[in-house]
Amino acid sequence: MKNTLKKAGYNKVQKQMNDVFLQFTAKLVFFIIIMFSFNLFFAGHYTPGGGFVGGLLAAAALILLVIAYDRKTLENMVPIDFRLVITIGLLFAAGIPTLSFLFGTPFFTHQHTYVEIPVFGEVALHSAVLFDIGVFLTVAATALLIIVLVGEADE
Amino acid sequence: MALIHLAILLPLIAAIAIGVIYRYYKRLHLGWFVLPVPLIIVIYLLTLVPRVSNNQLIYESLAIMPRIGMNFDVYIDGLGLLFAILISGIGALVVLYSIGYLSHKEDLGSFYVYLLMFMSAMLGVVLNDNVLMLYLFWELTSISSFLLIAFWFMKERSLYGAQKSMLITMGGGFLMLGGFILLYIMTGTFSIREMISQVSAIQESPLAPLAVVLILFGAFTKSAQFPFYIWLPDAMEAPTPVSAYLHSATMVKAGIYLVARLTPLFAFSELWVWIILLGGLITMTWASFNAIRKDDLKAVLAFSTVSQLGLIMSLLGLGALSVVTGANEEYFSIAVVAAVFHLINHATFKGALFMVTGIVDHEAGTRSLKKLGGLLTVMPISFTLTLITALSMAGLPPFNGFLSKELFLEAMIDVREANFGALADVSLIFPLLAILGSIFTFVYSILIVYGIFFGKRTYDTPKEPHEAPVLMLISPAILTVLVLVFGFFPNILSGTIIDPAAMSIMASDTPLGTHLYMWHGFANPALWATIFIVITGVLLFYFRDKWMFIYDYHKERFTLNYLYDQGLIYSRFGSRKITDGYMSGFIRSYLVYIFLFFIVMGILTLLNTGIRISFDDMAPVRIHEMAVVLIILVSIGVILATKSRMVSIIMLGAIGFSMSLFFVFFRAADLALTQLAIETVTTALFLVCFYHLPKKSRHQERMRFKLTNFLVSLGVALIVIIIGLTAYSNRLFDRISEFHIENVYELAAGGNMVNVILVDFRGFDTLFETLVFGIAGIGIYSLMKLRLNRKDENSEEHAEESRI
Repeated sequence: MKNTLKKAGYNKVQKQMNDVFLQFTAKLVFFIIIMFSFNLFFAGHYTPGGGFVGGLLAAAALILLVIAYDRKTLENMVPIDFRLVITIGLLFAAGIPTLSFLFGTPFFTHQHTYVEIPVFGEVALHSAVLFDIGVFLTVAATALLIIVLVGEADE
Repeated sequence: MALIHLAILLPLIAAIAIGVIYRYYKRLHLGWFVLPVPLIIVIYLLTLVPRVSNNQLIYESLAIMPRIGMNFDVYIDGLGLLFAILISGIGALVVLYSIGYLSHKEDLGSFYVYLLMFMSAMLGVVLNDNVLMLYLFWELTSISSFLLIAFWFMKERSLYGAQKSMLITMGGGFLMLGGFILLYIMTGTFSIREMISQVSAIQESPLAPLAVVLILFGAFTKSAQFPFYIWLPDAMEAPTPVSAYLHSATMVKAGIYLVARLTPLFAFSELWVWIILLGGLITMTWASFNAIRKDDLKAVLAFSTVSQLGLIMSLLGLGALSVVTGANEEYFSIAVVAAVFHLINHATFKGALFMVTGIVDHEAGTRSLKKLGGLLTVMPISFTLTLITALSMAGLPPFNGFLSKELFLEAMIDVREANFGALADVSLIFPLLAILGSIFTFVYSILIVYGIFFGKRTYDTPKEPHEAPVLMLISPAILTVLVLVFGFFPNILSGTIIDPAAMSIMASDTPLGTHLYMWHGFANPALWATIFIVITGVLLFYFRDKWMFIYDYHKERFTLNYLYDQGLIYSRFGSRKITDGYMSGFIRSYLVYIFLFFIVMGILTLLNTGIRISFDDMAPVRIHEMAVVLIILVSIGVILATKSRMVSIIMLGAIGFSMSLFFVFFRAADLALTQLAIETVTTALFLVCFYHLPKKSRHQERMRFKLTNFLVSLGVALIVIIIGLTAYSNRLFDRISEFHIENVYELAAGGNMVNVILVDFRGFDTLFETLVFGIAGIGIYSLMKLRLNRKDENSEEHAEESRI
């Protein structure tokens, strides 16, 4: 927050400003948002949600950290190369539909089945979810990459 | 997915594997890992030869987009198999050769990735039955050959050559796609086999001539026929293994393949026969004439390739006559056999010649014929290989080139028998051009051998020449052995490979029973033509100093290359001028252009179709909806009134959140969620962008500027409202959502319709949107990084750029 406001030209605020509250809350809320984004993602096939929203929300959670701390701290907290995540995401998104060739079906024909698991009961397994993982990862990493880059560019 | 699909895609899969491993493994030359790939493919293809030569065709379908008829249908007949064997066989030899040619210091990873990509693309072209997939692979060959030619991208000539080849072949490819679509309009199918079964539909259609011309554009640009041959000599800037591969077996033969494959479709057309026959012969003569004056060995060979391709092309043009006048017309089926046979022969001797040239270049350090000479004693093995292959190229007995060349001359002399259009009246021109071209071919073949190995030994080569290592000699040696084998025992090919291929070109099932032999007796006019060629060729070679001056009259200004260069310069200049006209650097100007265009188009559409708005079945406006609208209006008012940017952005966020409330009211939970997330992220983006925004306040703007903005925004708003209302009031067909509601659970086993549409029903959209998103992210990354790095060097320019 301090950095963000400073960038916005609010120099006076900076001296009295104390980020403790924001930083502490951010740490807690971060996990809640991330969990919620995962929930949205996995529930997507049956209730509102899905890869795109989930990915954006995951990115939003991380952006909260960037605003509360700064980029360096984020890198220490979450040591992931976002470009690699984009690559993996694109690989999933493009690879899963291609795999359907192995089953002799046209491109982008999803397969699904139901499995009985002891605790959860009947669970649907769907290859669309794997494709959605690709969307999730790409969206999250791209959104984050852009914002972090733009924020960083002023040094 | 059948085994043959895997065989086509195997190089691509291997390319991905290479791309991963080459960073971590440096001890062994990467080529050894690549070598098995073409070897496996060629062995697999050779096992198919008995089946195909017994007329058992192989057809494997793999649906990709069945609705639009785009399927990966592999169809193997004699023609496809011949090409596929050439591609993978020569590919294996080229890889083996490249292990000796390219050292560890080169960027081997990229090289082999491009090469494998190229191999896959070529196999895909020649084994496909579906023209859409064929086009896809066709353009992939253009792209991968671009990468291969530009392999030494530090050299300006490489880039120039790569760009030229891509511009020309891709331009031709686009036109060819147009031709394919015309074929689809005429026959209603994308499958070549089904098109062939509907030849009469094409014959009757008035679109046929246009399709012929468009498709021939593709074939002629790819196969470097006159006047498109100019890219091929410049493509010589590629590493020699690539040149050997591209020019002996693959890239340039794709055009030949296309013409051969589509001959049954278009043979009835006089246009087809004339363009190919005459175009091929002109190419052959002109290129062989030009080959003689070149100094660079590779340039000589490049022109030689162009000329040989012209030869094959003209034979195919003549062969088309056999299809239309009936397969029993012996004269023209000989032309097809000659075309197929020469195709094989050319691959063997040209591949070997390129590799030997590479060896000479590698060992002596130069390819200039002026600097080379007298290497006979130094490089005896290379000499033997060159002598055999060059004599084969010249068309001398007892090598394989002689056999096909004789068939060629025979076919050209027999043109007078043709009973097709105006061919008979001008039949003299064809044998004349053929003999003239053959004489020049003879001269430059001799010139290559003489220039490198005979004459005075020159000592000003950059390197001290010596015989090449064994590794580099194996591949050309194998090809030379093939030249000899095919020359002495041509009939091992005729029944197994040549006849099936010729039969598929003529679309006939009757076995040809070709029998090739050296001696046709004294009555054969082709024999006398050959003797005439040899005598004239020797004389021309001996007195070459006396007549070479005619090349000086061919001024630089009158070449096609000059035309191409000028065209390139002026198109660059022109587009730059246009771009400078509207690219002001202010994003708001661009937005105004876009919005103005939208308004004009909107008004035109509305004038055209008329407005019909009815308020009959609109839902009543409820109180909480009004409240949200009020919030939005107030936010807009605040944005207009405030001077602080921060407040504006927060208000913009408020509008976004209110919009998502609307989505909630109308039970579009997914949209609402997305809107919320987007709004959060964009607000954050705005906040971090703050620093970069221009410092000046918008209240300093002039009145005129404000007025334009006001009018534009008013126009956009009106158009959007009208479009929304008319779209609601006019129901022309059933809502598509009914289909989705009914099938969400049945077909996709999902509960959430929006998500099912995203990942399943319209998964393609999502896939490509994700790709775009990812590419945009990486693009922004590289842009920002570049700017950060450049900031210190040129801060003034930086300031200029950030003024958006």
